[in-house]
Amino acid sequence: MINLELPHKLLSVKQMTHQLAAGVFRPISRKYDDIEHGDTPQELKPVAQMMGAMRAAAVNGGGKGKEALIDGVVTVKNGSNMIGVIAVEEMCWGDTGLMLSIPGSGLGNAAIMAVGTAEQKETFGKMYCAMAITEPGAGSDSAAISTTAELCGDEWVLNGEKIFCTGGQRGDAVVVWATLDKRLGKAAIKSFIVTRDNPGMKLARVEDKMGLRISDTAALSLENCRIPKGNVLGSAEVADTEEARKKAFGGVMQTFDNTRPPVAAMALGVARAALEITRSILLKEGVVADYSKPLYCSTAVEAELYRMEADLEAARLMTLKAAWMADNAQANSKEASMCKAKAARVGNAVTLKCVELCGEQGFSQVSLLEKLARDSKVIDIFEGTQQIQQLIIARLLLQVSSKELK
Amino acid sequence: MSTDLPFDLTLTDEQAMTRDSVQRFVARHIAPVARSADDQAEAPADFFSLSAELGLALMPVPEGLGGAGQPRDPMSGVLTAEDLGRGDISLAIGAMSPVSVVNSLLDFGSDEQQALFLPRLVTGDFVAAGVALMEGQALFDPAQLRCKAARAGEGYCLSGEKRMVPFGVTAELLLVIADLEGEGPAAFVVERGAAGMSAQRQSYMGLRSLELATVSFNNVEVEAINRLENFDLERLLDLSRLGMAALAVGCCQAVLDYSIPFVKERQAFGEPIARRQSVAFMVANIGIELEGMRLLVWKAASLASQGKPFHREAYLARILCAEKAMEIGTNGVQLFGGAGFIRDYPLEMWYRNLRAIGVFEGGVIV
Repeated sequence: MINLELPHKLLSVKQMTHQLAAGVFRPISRKYDDIEHGDTPQELKPVAQMMGAMRAAAVNGGGKGKEALIDGVVTVKNGSNMIGVIAVEEMCWGDTGLMLSIPGSGLGNAAIMAVGTAEQKETFGKMYCAMAITEPGAGSDSAAISTTAELCGDEWVLNGEKIFCTGGQRGDAVVVWATLDKRLGKAAIKSFIVTRDNPGMKLARVEDKMGLRISDTAALSLENCRIPKGNVLGSAEVADTEEARKKAFGGVMQTFDNTRPPVAAMALGVARAALEITRSILLKEGVVADYSKPLYCSTAVEAELYRMEADLEAARLMTLKAAWMADNAQANSKEASMCKAKAARVGNAVTLKCVELCGEQGFSQVSLLEKLARDSKVIDIFEGTQQIQQLIIARLLLQVSSKELK
Repeated sequence: MSTDLPFDLTLTDEQAMTRDSVQRFVARHIAPVARSADDQAEAPADFFSLSAELGLALMPVPEGLGGAGQPRDPMSGVLTAEDLGRGDISLAIGAMSPVSVVNSLLDFGSDEQQALFLPRLVTGDFVAAGVALMEGQALFDPAQLRCKAARAGEGYCLSGEKRMVPFGVTAELLLVIADLEGEGPAAFVVERGAAGMSAQRQSYMGLRSLELATVSFNNVEVEAINRLENFDLERLLDLSRLGMAALAVGCCQAVLDYSIPFVKERQAFGEPIARRQSVAFMVANIGIELEGMRLLVWKAASLASQGKPFHREAYLARILCAEKAMEIGTNGVQLFGGAGFIRDYPLEMWYRNLRAIGVFEGGVIV
């Protein structure tokens, strides 16, 4: 039965994460915008412990998602993907940079949980695992990466340079994308787990950024970096048929179907925070947008508030839908990209408009609005830029290949 | 039923079955005739009696009054509007207009009023009826109506003008929303041929196959029983905004479905234009915005069906759909280039019809 409200269980997830965001993240949001390149903030350590316990429970089989029972019949699942997007929106309402700085919450963790063996999950599941894909010469075209991996006896030897690696400084391990043979294209790209204490992987630098400043964005260099043979994620075979090659890289890209909705949720949290602050600032000037008058009988400021709220609500529902499909084992590539595209661009537009509507107070560092606008920008870039999402969506809608639509 | 429902986008069996028959109806009786109906400014002669076979108007009416006794369900109404709108917004409003009056009677009429008026609308054949809400002033605010009602003896007296009234000339019953002196907006059932009422068909940019009329009330007297006892303007508006928004969702889906094969076929610079990002991204954006529109309408409608407050959601759905529908309508024409402007193709008609979404209030009450 069609229902787009959250059930009690998800509401309590929302409430709990909101308490965390309001109680822990918000009060230190500005402080850690000013402190860049620090260690993991002290305030996040208890948070990391709590999350660690939750992850352990997930590893032990609790993360499959609760099934809704109506008259004793399983109908539909509201599970871990939905819990994820709801929790992420709330945390990012508090502070996105801090959320990304919680030890153990890395993208690498998501990859290991998605495709790792039981043993890999056991060994690395409790670690903070970053993901290193981007290189100076390969961004959205991740198939163009040139970091190499070569099997030497019982070890892989990795060589190359990685940039824009979130958590690359503070993580316990990094999932590194590398090619077994560049001539073989996508099919030869595999991912490898490298622990941070490996002497072959060096921290080259940590970037200075426009926003998400407390989150560490690292450049790593791999020089004859030797790791155990068992640290490859998924199969180490290079598919030899076109079909099998597509399938192999498709498996890698599938991870993104599960990670794009939470990134969309980041944009929602940031934009919602900006909109709430803007509403309270404008309220002092007598602006009340209470849905009582037709749009064109409202003031221009009220109309802006309505439009932003409508766009944000639409983006939120799209995000929930994509997560709901994942929970119910429905193919959701199109929906995952759609929600990412919509939420990220709406997030950018809303946060910037909020700065504008609040004038000096918006632009000033006294309120959080300017910070939220800076934080929001990268959400329309990482995890697939707006343009990459549009490419994916267009190919799926038009049923054309990546060769036909470049 | 449990009040703690999971987030779910699955149709009930009932809804899936109704969708099936509505979609078949659209494929046979709406899509093929939409263009000629637009040209002739009139639905095909047998269209409305065929539409009555869907039984939309009798579905929510209690069995005792000649209906099918289904629960009143705005969510199902939205699905039907979406499907009919995918065929043609103009014919869809015509087919659903009597349902709008039925739904209003169910929501706002007393038992006595329902018993009096509903059987007249559920005869099994199509009975023309419509809601008269719109007025001619720019910045129209349904809470500030210029069409007036006053108490007169036991009953009421109406004076003023209503615009864009579906079946304004031929309706058996009209539900007229007027400002009742000292009490605010009120709803009156006005019967065909009431003394002092006159109607004139009007032409519009779109919705051309729909009989839309300006209806004038020159001291039209109605009995006390004709004023719906439990009228709630906000609910009427919200349900009408959802109805119109759902029609927009359907029509925008048609734009997307129709554009995809065209851009894959149409060659320029030696290859299909679909291979150009500037074209492909327009298609992607239609898909993205359409998804958001649909879900926002569904959210508001599902709240309404559960008897929960849905005013905020309906308000936002209307804003989003009015704006994005026009964007999609205009981009549909743009994707087709010159062909979009030519009346051989449906794009220009959809564009004209989609303009109504941000303008028309009260067209379809789900």
